Amino acid sequence: MKTILSAKPTKVLVFALCLVPLAQLVWAGFHNDLGANPIEFITHATGDWTLRFLVITLAITPARKLLRLPDLIRFRRMLGLFAFFYGCLHFTTYIWLDKFFDLSEMLKDINKRRFITVGFTGFVLMIPLAVTSTAGWIRRLGGKRWRTLHRLVYASAVAGVAHYYWLVKSDVRRPVRYGIVVALLLGYRLAIELYQKRGARARAGAPKQFETAETVTTEH
Amino acid sequence: MLIKRGSDISWSEITPKSVYMNRRKFLAGGSAVGASLAVGRKLIDVISPRVTAFAASKLNVASRSPFSSTEQVTPYNDVTHYNNFYEFGTDKTDPAEKAKNFRTSPWTVSVSGDVSKPQKFDIDALLKLAPLEERVYRHRCVEAWSIVVPWIGYPLSLLLKQVEPTSKAKYVAFESLYDPGQMPQARWAGIQFPYVEGLRLDEAMHPLALLCFGMYGESLPPQDGAPVRLVLPWKYGFKSIKSIVKIKLVGGQPPTTWNMSAPNEYGFYSNVNPSVDHPRWSQAKERRLGEFFKRPTLMFNGYGDQVAQLYSGMDLRKNF
Repeated sequence: MKTILSAKPTKVLVFALCLVPLAQLVWAGFHNDLGANPIEFITHATGDWTLRFLVITLAITPARKLLRLPDLIRFRRMLGLFAFFYGCLHFTTYIWLDKFFDLSEMLKDINKRRFITVGFTGFVLMIPLAVTSTAGWIRRLGGKRWRTLHRLVYASAVAGVAHYYWLVKSDVRRPVRYGIVVALLLGYRLAIELYQKRGARARAGAPKQFETAETVTTEH
Repeated sequence: MLIKRGSDISWSEITPKSVYMNRRKFLAGGSAVGASLAVGRKLIDVISPRVTAFAASKLNVASRSPFSSTEQVTPYNDVTHYNNFYEFGTDKTDPAEKAKNFRTSPWTVSVSGDVSKPQKFDIDALLKLAPLEERVYRHRCVEAWSIVVPWIGYPLSLLLKQVEPTSKAKYVAFESLYDPGQMPQARWAGIQFPYVEGLRLDEAMHPLALLCFGMYGESLPPQDGAPVRLVLPWKYGFKSIKSIVKIKLVGGQPPTTWNMSAPNEYGFYSNVNPSVDHPRWSQAKERRLGEFFKRPTLMFNGYGDQVAQLYSGMDLRKNF
């Protein structure tokens, strides 16, 4: 498993797999298999995959720790950017095929309809994350500031779940399921942070030690 | 050359109508196989999507109605595979799959309440009560999509006149069948069952209000509300209650399912009104299935000439 994760072709394979949802949509589009309301189908599918990629991205860090597979980090940026990619497709479908670029209609929606407000917020929060996803930006910002900025992905995930929950008519099962998963993934981070705080307090009371690799956190 | 006489051809040799109608699609089968593999659909659904388990029976339509629209009718396949019938699941494609074995015979509709002649009607008796008309109506869902459907039935008023409402009757209450055995998905829908709806008596007596038994020349498929439903073209689609088992004439405004579920979103009247938005989305425009661009929604779904007088003097923002 570890050799597979660290091999170069694996990244290409994962990239290709991430494009499969889009390929399915395009294929179905050409074969008239998007159902009776194709634009609605595309909107829902792209929205679903935005949330799924957000969840997959958030699962990388817990998976690295719990499965002891540090090489999973290689895929986190790609998966996060795919969440943004599908978010862009979802947003484009809305502004083009739903609103036909009517800016005043869109502004009305964002102001009045809270599921649009929160969905738009979740999307906008991903933009600085996509822009600063490069190694150059990590250097420019410095690890600590970069890490703090990228915690916005938590807000995006929560906004995505709220967006879904507030748009369904009565069957809340799917948004609730996403909500539970996101809560677990964020809860994991909370637990880690509380655990580390307890450890830090214990060390503050103990004799001074040199900082080791274990005590300096490198990512969340 | 031997030309087979009609009697020489056995039933098994006759191409099912659905496959015949889609033969061009079959010829493009290569891509169909690829498509079905890619999208995970059964090949048969891609080639001849009209194959269903229920057997529609042809209905004898006596006349075409002057109320019929001349607009383009929505393809049968769309109207039968894009349904809100939450008893059978909440995805649009669920009812077509899950209502396949819905038992619509035997079926009785009981009509009771403030009437002189309460009765239980067998579905066959109901079908014979009046000559059937075809009505091509616009159908506008509250979710802002719409279709045009050639419904078959007769005015609800003809049934109501049979049972003779008394002077106490001011409203008509309707109830759908709720059978948890046939509808296991219903518990996840988030609304209460049995599904109930209601109309003011004058709305129910209006000539546009249709007691509907069929569409596209045949009896209703299960996912569209078999064997008998209402069609109220000037109201949002959820008022057009499906699979009716009870009709009751009452003195006070009856409860309606969506109003009980979200009273600030779904009113008793729910007349199509582009200037009164749903709290969570606009009602000014709609997507006619099959069209790319959205079209402006019409007041009373374009039936204002026929129904506006029912609401004269009413504040339709308050009584939404």
